Amino acid sequence: MARKILLENIHIPGIKEYEVYRKNGGYSGVEKALKTMTPDQIVEEVKTSGIRGRGGAGFPMGLKWSFIDKKSGKPRHLVVNADESEPGTFKDRFLMEHIPHLLIEGAIISSFALEAHLSYIYIRGEYMWVFKILEKAIKEAYANGWLGKNILGTGYDLDLYVHCGAGAYICGEETALIESLEGKRGNPRIKPPFPAVSGLWAEPTVVNNVESISAVSWIVNNGGAEYASIGVGKSTGTKLISASGHIKNPGVYEIELGLTVDEFMNSDEYLGGMIDDRPLKAFIPGGSSVPILPAQYIFKTANGEDRLMTYESLADGGFTTGSSLGSGGFIVYNDSACVVRNTWNFSRFYHHESCGQCSPCREGTGWMEKILHRIETGYGREEDIELLWSIQGKIEGNTICPLGDAAAWPVAAAIRHFREEFEYHVRFPEKVKNIKHFVDEPMEKVRHLLTKTVQQ
Amino acid sequence: MERREYKQEINITPELQARIDELLSHYPADKKKSAMLPVLHAVQDAHENWLSVELMNRVAEILDVKPIEVYEVVTFYTMFNQRPRGKYTFEFCRTSCCTIRGGEDMIEYACKKLGIKEGETTEDGLFSVVGVECLGACGYAPMLQLGDFYHEHLTEEKFDVLVEDCKQGKIKLD
Repeated sequence: MARKILLENIHIPGIKEYEVYRKNGGYSGVEKALKTMTPDQIVEEVKTSGIRGRGGAGFPMGLKWSFIDKKSGKPRHLVVNADESEPGTFKDRFLMEHIPHLLIEGAIISSFALEAHLSYIYIRGEYMWVFKILEKAIKEAYANGWLGKNILGTGYDLDLYVHCGAGAYICGEETALIESLEGKRGNPRIKPPFPAVSGLWAEPTVVNNVESISAVSWIVNNGGAEYASIGVGKSTGTKLISASGHIKNPGVYEIELGLTVDEFMNSDEYLGGMIDDRPLKAFIPGGSSVPILPAQYIFKTANGEDRLMTYESLADGGFTTGSSLGSGGFIVYNDSACVVRNTWNFSRFYHHESCGQCSPCREGTGWMEKILHRIETGYGREEDIELLWSIQGKIEGNTICPLGDAAAWPVAAAIRHFREEFEYHVRFPEKVKNIKHFVDEPMEKVRHLLTKTVQQ
Repeated sequence: MERREYKQEINITPELQARIDELLSHYPADKKKSAMLPVLHAVQDAHENWLSVELMNRVAEILDVKPIEVYEVVTFYTMFNQRPRGKYTFEFCRTSCCTIRGGEDMIEYACKKLGIKEGETTEDGLFSVVGVECLGACGYAPMLQLGDFYHEHLTEEKFDVLVEDCKQGKIKLD
């Protein structure tokens, strides 16, 4: 039986409420941390645990904490990133909706470790009902002495508030999030300086994902070494995966890192295989920004090894035959899905969400959207495929923040692995004008048309 | 699109003022501007879900900032509206994970049922249909947001019931 850390108590009725949460061992992590540990000891435990940022970048969390500037004497802040907007990702919402006190408990311990006295949870504006759940939970935490002045008589003061965004994907990028929290447009900042030195109001700040912070209480209670004993290599602990697409059981799952993709996808304990018994065509393991992979690279790496749900195994093969664990937004496609249409859909998303600061991203995402749209609707040209390839290459690496890369990678991967679909679209425009073109005639059935045109 | 002048009556009620004061208390006294997004949400919610220039100017006074600082924020974030929308605005997710599970069909159905195009509002000002980007409900597709709430695992039948409930005033928006 796989171990659960975040969702261990999720089945308990009423776990959303303070009393039930407390009765089931809730806030014991805060007691242990504040009464028996020093901030540095907590940072060490988190380092030992090997936990990596669960928002998508996978940066070691303990290391990030150790960068925070404690020498300048300026006020420090923890900001929890609950601006979950990566397409395919809905795990943080699940945690906050069903067990909000786990996040608040983690935020208290983490703030104590960073010696912060004013911290925020930045939640996306569309999650307004979750915002209200958090507001209520924070009130309960104040009422029971877990927040405010002199917590547990230890002399430690902490104020924690929840702050709502207003519909901008870019605010998930940590410096854009900080700008937004300062009441501005969400334009990412040039780094360095990093937030650990100059973040919220130019004060040292650590920004961590909801899932990462929610694991802190368990790590404090059970020790970093125990956490690190779960998983494989540098992928320690558990990870929430939000699964969607053409699978039998979509939803949020907590897995031990190291599970095989095959078991996750096909066992009844998890996704239960494909719906409608249509064949698997492609998947995206970590949210829309990471490369899409075709069926042959899903269960096995290019070397023929089992593909595992770990940071390393999913990235095996680089971007040529691998992808990335990213945020854990696991999207599965069957053969009725059109890769061109899907890529156009994502490009529209990135174009819509580009903040507009850097020209390669502002203009490039729009060009890609337009070109993909004309290919998808039957007005594409043969040279459009090369044009797309060229544009994505000029965005990648040339922008202030990673949104540019995130917009370029899906396009590059789609062309790399599914070039024939793009060719089919430009050569048989009449066939693709029906938007459900692959429902009745999947690529498998029409592939022979392409070889014919080549022979001619 | 035709140009129309929309008028908005500004009314900072005592309840709204109390909420604004509470939100301002979450930030250091010299960092009032940080309350921008929460205050805009509160003010917009109390003013039929949109923000006129006059109302934005009032928010600037509340936050001690220049009006331009409010305009640039309102125009950046999609959740702030600069003109009135239907009382019941159906915001359908149109991003990949939803579309492959019938999201596009649902938008088409909604538009047909209400006799409007995506982005439009019905003559009576009651309903709007808008396509929006990923709302974080990918596993529960297709879905729409109405007010503060999500309606997931949508079907045509469920949408019919929802529209009927709206007409009868049975739907809570916040």
